[in-house]
Amino acid sequence: MKTLTKVALLTTTIALAACAKSPFDRNGDGAGAGANGLNNGGISSSSLDPSSPAYFNETIGDKVLFAVDQSTLGDEARATLTQQAGWLSNNANYTAIIEGHADEQGTREYNLALGARRASAARDFLVANGVADNRLRTVTFGKERPLAVCSTEECYAKNRRAVTVISAGLGS
Amino acid sequence: MIKMFLTCLAVVLTFSAAQAEPLRIELDSPNIEPLPFAAPAFIAETAGADQYARDLAAVVSSDLQGSGLFRAIGQEAYISQITSFDSPVQYADWKAINAQALITGAVSTTNDGQIIVKFRLFDVFSEDQMGEGLQFVGSTSGWRRMAHKVADAVYSRITGEGAYFDSRVVFVSETGPKNARLKRLGVMDYDGANLQYLTDAQAIVLAPRFSPNGDRVIYTSYESGFPKIYVLDVASVGRRVLQDQPGTMSFAPRFAPNGQDVVFSLTTGSNTDIYKLNLASGERTQLTSSPAIETAPSYSPDGTQIVFESDRSGTQQLYVMPAGGGEATRISFGQGRYGTPVWSPRGDLIAFTKQNRGRFHIGVMRTDGSGERLLTASFLDEGPTWAPNGRVIMFTRETAGSGGSSTLYSVDISGRNLKAVQANASDPSWSPLLK
Repeated sequence: MKTLTKVALLTTTIALAACAKSPFDRNGDGAGAGANGLNNGGISSSSLDPSSPAYFNETIGDKVLFAVDQSTLGDEARATLTQQAGWLSNNANYTAIIEGHADEQGTREYNLALGARRASAARDFLVANGVADNRLRTVTFGKERPLAVCSTEECYAKNRRAVTVISAGLGS
Repeated sequence: MIKMFLTCLAVVLTFSAAQAEPLRIELDSPNIEPLPFAAPAFIAETAGADQYARDLAAVVSSDLQGSGLFRAIGQEAYISQITSFDSPVQYADWKAINAQALITGAVSTTNDGQIIVKFRLFDVFSEDQMGEGLQFVGSTSGWRRMAHKVADAVYSRITGEGAYFDSRVVFVSETGPKNARLKRLGVMDYDGANLQYLTDAQAIVLAPRFSPNGDRVIYTSYESGFPKIYVLDVASVGRRVLQDQPGTMSFAPRFAPNGQDVVFSLTTGSNTDIYKLNLASGERTQLTSSPAIETAPSYSPDGTQIVFESDRSGTQQLYVMPAGGGEATRISFGQGRYGTPVWSPRGDLIAFTKQNRGRFHIGVMRTDGSGERLLTASFLDEGPTWAPNGRVIMFTRETAGSGGSSTLYSVDISGRNLKAVQANASDPSWSPLLK
């Protein structure tokens, strides 16, 4: 079952790359295009430039997922964040805002605080892996911006996430 | 057998009411039979007041009937017509259709755009007027408020308690798909009429709350890209950011009963604590300091205590602490998780959201946590707010799935009279009774 989930996620990632929309995934809603991508079938393209934000979003992956009501980073999340930290170290002219999100099963205020915990967990990991903390900011969206809109665990799992949103230049 | 006994008793009560018992609805009694009343069209005393005369009576009826405590008798059943505000009431004609209460009114318009609304309330079976006749004067645009004031007076005289019809609700209006929902602040009469928007939909806004006298609204907005607290003046719609410290996020604000202090959650790094801010001086006080999530603070009406939610025990639970901070006492001990506590304006109860076994409930408990009662159950109910008289609760109900949407509902604290108030709306906050 676990493996199956991983395969499904991988397919989604490939499909997303095929879409290659805006590299700036402001609301963290990129993966929503996955379903369309599966129907594309034909030739796909993705950025080969490892210093591009598109490469960060699509090849490294801008999202890490969390268990219900948790903000602890699992192995998969740590692997993704390790690569994110490497990319940020190699591309020092970018800054990032890390968004924390929650699924809809919770009250609004609590989910805001929970999203903040998740964003902070991702941020702390990046800092511990060499990214200067003045290049990173966190924001919580609680349950306000779900990525997947069904009301089952399949969608909830995608919504419990921290998204690293890359932007050019040193922000304030 | 028991049923028959009760029926007999009811008959006896009806008869005795004809003697001396004043008309009264006891809100705490376990079974309330809606009280039948008649509210004929008001008398139009000037040309041009005809429409107001009909509309005023209709809104008064709608308020009373909507409370679930009253039942309007249709005009087609009336035997008597009210032709003049001051002519004597034909009690026998109203008894014959079992109207226990009779509301008569008159309306006139003035040359300078004012209307004058008069009303009287009669206890039909006691053949007596209940309380003094009252007169309201105001601009024609405020005619619905005058109807609410009439209904408030009727409600108070018959229940012996405060009313809630002349009040407003500030809330979040929602449009657009679930994954890109547009949210803006709206304010409306308690019954959904006179909707106005207070913000545009450029930024996510959350959980607006009225100030104690209803002149300001405090809320959370993402207009800077980050959740921050803003105060908005309802009359001018001018707003200012309240908490703007770089690197922090703030949300879940609520006014203190003094209107000068606000409590809210401030997130620094991964930790969310409760703070108090004095609006005049800008002085900020930290009220909780644990690594847990502490949020959704709400003052007791006397301003001495704050109820809030914390997951310091491992799951969301409710706690009460002194208004200045300090040791908090846990008050929720039932199964499941408890959040969004709100202290009743009467001071006697705390309303909350409860999550248990995948369902959400709105409930109430006494301020020490005893006497917990769940009033609703659904896929997602949350965020209760109290009517000014502490007898009715409004909350958000959200439906499941990709097409899920939010609707405001209200319910009596008895659990009766659950009804939808406003579609595509969330996070209601009920104003005090308007002056």
